[in-house]
Amino acid sequence: MVAFVIRRLLISVVLLLVVSFVCFALVQMLGDPIGEWAAGQRQRNPGGADAAIAAAYQRAGLDTSFLTRYWTWLTNFVTGNWGTTVNPGQTPKEVEPQIMHSLWITMRLVLVAEILAIMVGSIVGVLTAVKRYSWFDYIITAFSFLMFALPLFCLAVILKIGGIQFNNVLQNNGFDRWLVTSGYPPGGFTGSFGNQVYQYLGVYLLPTLCLMAISFAVYARYQRSSMLDVLSSDYVRTARAKGVSNTTVIWKHAFRNALIPVVTVGSLQIGTAFAGAIITETVFGWQGMGYILVQNVNRKEPYMILAFLMVTGVFIILFNLLADIAYTLLDPRVRLD
Amino acid sequence: MTDILRAQVPESEAEAATEREFTVQARSRRQVVARRFVRHKTALIGSIIIIALILFAVLGQLFWSAGINPDYGSFLPPSSTHPFGTDQLGRDMLALIIRGIQFSLLIAVVVAILVVVIGVTLGAVAGYLGGWQDSLVNRLVDLMLILPAIVVVGVMAVKFQGSWVMVAVFLGLTTWMTLTRIIRGMVLSLREKEFVEAAKALGASTPRIIFKHIVPNCSDVIIVSATLTIAQAVLLEAALSFIGLGVKPPDTSLGLLLNETQNYLPTANAWLFWITLAFVVLVSLSVNFIGDGLRDALDPRQDKVRA
Repeated sequence: MVAFVIRRLLISVVLLLVVSFVCFALVQMLGDPIGEWAAGQRQRNPGGADAAIAAAYQRAGLDTSFLTRYWTWLTNFVTGNWGTTVNPGQTPKEVEPQIMHSLWITMRLVLVAEILAIMVGSIVGVLTAVKRYSWFDYIITAFSFLMFALPLFCLAVILKIGGIQFNNVLQNNGFDRWLVTSGYPPGGFTGSFGNQVYQYLGVYLLPTLCLMAISFAVYARYQRSSMLDVLSSDYVRTARAKGVSNTTVIWKHAFRNALIPVVTVGSLQIGTAFAGAIITETVFGWQGMGYILVQNVNRKEPYMILAFLMVTGVFIILFNLLADIAYTLLDPRVRLD
Repeated sequence: MTDILRAQVPESEAEAATEREFTVQARSRRQVVARRFVRHKTALIGSIIIIALILFAVLGQLFWSAGINPDYGSFLPPSSTHPFGTDQLGRDMLALIIRGIQFSLLIAVVVAILVVVIGVTLGAVAGYLGGWQDSLVNRLVDLMLILPAIVVVGVMAVKFQGSWVMVAVFLGLTTWMTLTRIIRGMVLSLREKEFVEAAKALGASTPRIIFKHIVPNCSDVIIVSATLTIAQAVLLEAALSFIGLGVKPPDTSLGLLLNETQNYLPTANAWLFWITLAFVVLVSLSVNFIGDGLRDALDPRQDKVRA
């Protein structure tokens, strides 16, 4: 097992190197991040802008060859210097604090929603399997199918508009507007503890619901089908024949084994959750990892995109590995080699 | 139970009954699957809806004279000349939706074909050959999972300017990994089976063993996942339109329409959004139903049709 983990980590380092090189090449193909600005400068100041343009290219490192630039970035990156933004229209910003800021936002929003979805989804999945073909099962199944068929951004937009109208109702009845649809409040939360909890719920409720809805449906369906498989197996019948109570059979004997597929899917999903949720973050105005990626692809910022890639790549690889280790913990027959 | 009952009926009938009793009508696997599928209520409804939608999209354009040009008044209410009204630019909504369904389904089918071709080829080759080919495919899957898809679509948007082909190729190139993993896992166990050994003993070449003997044994999984990929692609295409990297005019799609009409949501014209959304949900819901029905019908372990 230790050998397995070490081998996987070594392969991952190589993998990250290859991915970062591929990504650097792709960003190169996005186009010249300074080109537009340079054209504007030339138009405004024909003949006299060449020095400023050359300086901008030099500062961004774009005057050197592709391979040199990649090597410079790599050596700087491993020593902790993640570079700056290259867009000359604005003052250069350090990449690292921006990425870390977005990562922190994404962890509070996307990660929490994903974990909540796994917990609620697997419990509901068990209940729908145990009470198969009950009205509860039918409602959850219908909801799941609807969620699988609904484009995420429509759900987000509907929730947002609904939230605004709910706020209007509150306001007309003499209350403060509660649901926040435009990101994390810059001032944080104030007032008494109860008041803060109320504000906190207002800020997180809609984006969390939006993120949870679809993941919840996925986990509930996975858990339901694996639970149905397990419930019809021989050892569950044996346990029942021995007179073990229904609760113990379901939650101790069956649930643990039925958890394997959900744990696999879940840990892979959590790994990718660090990359943010582009649509939910955009609609609800959270500047998380998904938002920052789209923004910097539009701006063709090479070092921001690469830093994003490295950070999310590490998380994805790590949680892939954890999924494999979780297998062995849930099912001792599985051996890693 | 039936034996006892039959024993009491007059002899000639009883004879006929016994004969019937011990003659189970032989059905080919295809017949069994077809029967199970037709008995799967939601799958049947899904198929009817999707056939109706395809007819609507194909015949609609032939019979509906209004084009998608802004020839009419802005935000006209539904009437006999414009059953779904018109949008802000004065385009007939029915004509837009007909075109949208055409493009969305076209994109989805191309995505499914790409995913199946890439996923099955890589998965089967990796699983059957093992060794460095297997490692290479596995690392390629990892690479694609880590590489941010938005960067890829950004690059493609620079080169292809939002045509539907670009969107389809992009979605195909970034969603084949799951099927590859599944097929690889199946082939790992299939390659140890006797029929593969038999094929080898008869001197079949490796490509022949992979594509003539092993891949047909994965056809159930391939069919189901192709269906589900179609449903997924319709939604992914809509998501791309939302972040501005999807289909651009003159091509159109349901996702692009949704993204245009969502701006009317707080206004009195919100129903333009709802009607587009209804078609999107209808398409992906019915394709999902078909996929679900196929999965149940093709499952060899299953002897009963789930409701």
